[in-house]
Amino acid sequence: MQDPLMTPIAAPRRRFLRPQSVLPGFGITMGLTLTWLGLIVLLPLSALFIKTSEISLERFIAIVTSTRTLHALQISFGLSLAAAAVNLVFGAIVVWVLVRYDFPFKKVVDALIDIPFALPTAVAGIALTALYAPNGWIGALLAPLGIEVAFTPAGILIALIFIGLPFVVRTVEPVLADLDRELEEAAASLGASRPQALWRVVLPSVWPALLTGFALAFARAVGEYGSVIFIAGNLPGVSEIAPLLIVIRLEEFRYADATAIACVMLVASFVLLFVINRLQRWAETRGAKA
Amino acid sequence: MTIEVAGVTKRFKKFTALDNVSLNIRSGELVALLGPSGSGKTTLLRIIAGLEWPDAGEVRFDGEDALARSVRERNVGFVFQHYALFRHMNVFENVAFGLRVRKGADRLPEAAIREKVNTLLSLVQIDWLAERYPSQLSGGQRQRVALARALAISPRVLLLDEPFGALDAKVRKELRRWLRHLHEELPVTSVLVTHDQEEALELADRVVVMGHGKIEQVGSPAEVYDAPATAFVHDFIGETVALPGEVRAGVLFHDGKPLGLDAAGVPDGPARILARPHHVDLAPPGEAPFSGRVLSLRTFGPTRRADVEIAAGSGKVVVEAAVPLDLALEAGAVVGLRPRAYKVFAANG
Amino acid sequence: MSDALHPGHVLASEGLPTGIARADAERRAAGKSVHTEPAAVRIALVLVALAFLGLFIGLPLVVVFVEALKRGAAAYVSALANPDALASIRLTLLVAAISVVANLVFGLVAAWAIAKFEFPGKSTLITLIDLPFSVSPVVAGLAFVLLFGAQGLFAGYLAAWDVKIIFAVPGIVLATIFVTFPFVARELIPLMQEQGTAEEEAAVSLGASGLSTFFRVTLPNVKWALLYGVLLCNARAMGEFGAVSVVSGHVRGLTNTMPLHIEILYNEYQFAASFAVASLLALLALVTLVAKTILEHRLAEEDT
Repeated sequence: MQDPLMTPIAAPRRRFLRPQSVLPGFGITMGLTLTWLGLIVLLPLSALFIKTSEISLERFIAIVTSTRTLHALQISFGLSLAAAAVNLVFGAIVVWVLVRYDFPFKKVVDALIDIPFALPTAVAGIALTALYAPNGWIGALLAPLGIEVAFTPAGILIALIFIGLPFVVRTVEPVLADLDRELEEAAASLGASRPQALWRVVLPSVWPALLTGFALAFARAVGEYGSVIFIAGNLPGVSEIAPLLIVIRLEEFRYADATAIACVMLVASFVLLFVINRLQRWAETRGAKA
Repeated sequence: MTIEVAGVTKRFKKFTALDNVSLNIRSGELVALLGPSGSGKTTLLRIIAGLEWPDAGEVRFDGEDALARSVRERNVGFVFQHYALFRHMNVFENVAFGLRVRKGADRLPEAAIREKVNTLLSLVQIDWLAERYPSQLSGGQRQRVALARALAISPRVLLLDEPFGALDAKVRKELRRWLRHLHEELPVTSVLVTHDQEEALELADRVVVMGHGKIEQVGSPAEVYDAPATAFVHDFIGETVALPGEVRAGVLFHDGKPLGLDAAGVPDGPARILARPHHVDLAPPGEAPFSGRVLSLRTFGPTRRADVEIAAGSGKVVVEAAVPLDLALEAGAVVGLRPRAYKVFAANG
Repeated sequence: MSDALHPGHVLASEGLPTGIARADAERRAAGKSVHTEPAAVRIALVLVALAFLGLFIGLPLVVVFVEALKRGAAAYVSALANPDALASIRLTLLVAAISVVANLVFGLVAAWAIAKFEFPGKSTLITLIDLPFSVSPVVAGLAFVLLFGAQGLFAGYLAAWDVKIIFAVPGIVLATIFVTFPFVARELIPLMQEQGTAEEEAAVSLGASGLSTFFRVTLPNVKWALLYGVLLCNARAMGEFGAVSVVSGHVRGLTNTMPLHIEILYNEYQFAASFAVASLLALLALVTLVAKTILEHRLAEEDT
């Protein structure tokens, strides 16, 4: 054991963050990645926090607790939650139908699910407005019933349902497709009825994925701007969303107001990002084959 | 409970998984469905369970039509190959599942459910794992949970699909012995699907050998091993040496010479003489029905084998023969082969 | 044998039991309850799903083209041939081209560093790259205003050098790069992680240089995923509204992208013209989806 040839030669000192690998280019690619990330993403977001810190605490509290701000946040978060809930229910039905049943033009329908991802929000906004305006295809049907959608909070809800729809479907789809059919057979062989098997076995298996899709749809809806402003009516306190209020404050050159509201929104995004990360990890462990 | 399968046929698109299969399983016995993959054994098991429906034929439990009942009404305990444990439930809840989904008068009170589940967990020796989740268990432990879960509904029949297929060799042997023991304690009519002949022969009261959607032979482990009914069974179970021959009017010939071997009842034409390697004796070349040149010799542990090349029609075949350890034999030598116990089958039968 | 269990075959196999006695057909129905729901439930669910999708996705898509062509083909063409419209199309193409190239290069560089090496803080880095997805576009736009705008942190330097970023094309490009930042990287990182480093190590051990290893080994392995990321990045870059709207200043013919031009026309009640421009973007979305479907097919094939 004491063979002098076997004593280790002093290992070359590892530089910080320098993994041992025969592949070249770690230093330069990591350097470029961090620089670019810093310049494009982190620097602007820090500017937001720096500008927020220049506002006094009393002023900050006054801005974010003003009636108009509170209403806008309430409308953004409340309607986003409602839209995500609608997407949770109908998204679940759509996923189930797409994964488990066969019907004509299924492939086309499947591809069209991604329209809200691919269609620019402004286009979606004017299209939904045209549909739900009192003289639009759907609006004209609802008007005699006394239901107004366009230029009311209901219009915002419609737009937020539209942009959130693919999140639930695309998050749950792979999980449901991978779900072992033996689980349902096992439930049936143990005496479970079909509804019991769905409720006690299938639903809990896809639940983390459903919740992740819900959270993603919610997060997207909270920050949504383009598809909402056309159909919303934008009446302060009634149908004015928080991102729009930021834009209005900016156009009024009330930078402190815009910054403070944006800061609240940004913190909310961070919290949601954290929640979504946790949910995804849960979904992965639940989805893993036992 | 008895299980009666009569004339069951099942097709998947163009593939015939089961072709007019009939089988009677006695009350309380443990039957193994043994066969290579694609032989239809799993399909038969799933039809008995009610997870699959036959295109034709009958399945009866104690004489009553089982096909009139869905799987949930049949009261069968099914153990899936990959266990199909519910990942979001702990071991206790997995086992309790079948009791919890009962409705109305069948529903046991909570205390009775707890007691029954705990009893079952002790029976399969995993009571200390009750709070664990499936992902925290080893393969053997999952297997035991799956079995306890199937037993919880007090099944009339226990159906096991490759129950040890996903386990490593050592655990598999241990669980196999334990399952046999369990079956003696709880004599539920049991059907086990396996492609592992050792497992089938060691565990089962009777073995059903299946091939190409048909039953080749039904018999005790000793019967299917010692008296294979068809060439398929002989080939599939145990090691087989195949010697070439030809039958003419009940007499076996090889290379134009009569072999002096019994071929009664075998139709005229090319034939295969099948024997276990340890039933093929070496003899001086002139005195045995077959002779050939030794190509190579191998020794492992207490056994020694020789590859012997013998003439077969226009070509040659290589057969493996057992060689006594103390016999002086070298590659290149010419030896005679005499099957001591053998079966003769028509070559294209 | 598991064919019968496959999803999708359930409705299709409905008409199967020909030549089987009726009683058998009834028994089969009992057996089906293991794998699926009664036909009435299945049909009802399919109809609910199709109605929901038709209402929320089909109709909005159709209405764009109907409204665009409402005044006839001539009006449609003249709306698109309008100088301001053409300027907005040119700007959109320019901004998208720059953003796609920037994110393509960044995506490859970041994926190489993250997927081929082990280092502490990797998952944090991935989260940071994904961050722009969770930030409201308006907030992103505002952040650039606070950095480069008249009241911004760098206002002094920019004024001194006479550089204009906000209310000018550079601001639009920066905001677009921000919102499309994760697209290419997030397609490449998981795929390259899964592929591991064995092939690159083999290439290096055979004497290949770092760059030729990358171009001859790594890049061919990820080309479809790369294209997929570029496709989605491009669609978002051309369609981005919120972030661009905040930094653009809406100067007609100069800082208006197509989505902003749509907004201006719409607010001026030039609905047909507005929808005409919108129909181009809707077509882009449809082309993107077709290409995406084809690419997913390719990716799935390569996976097996």
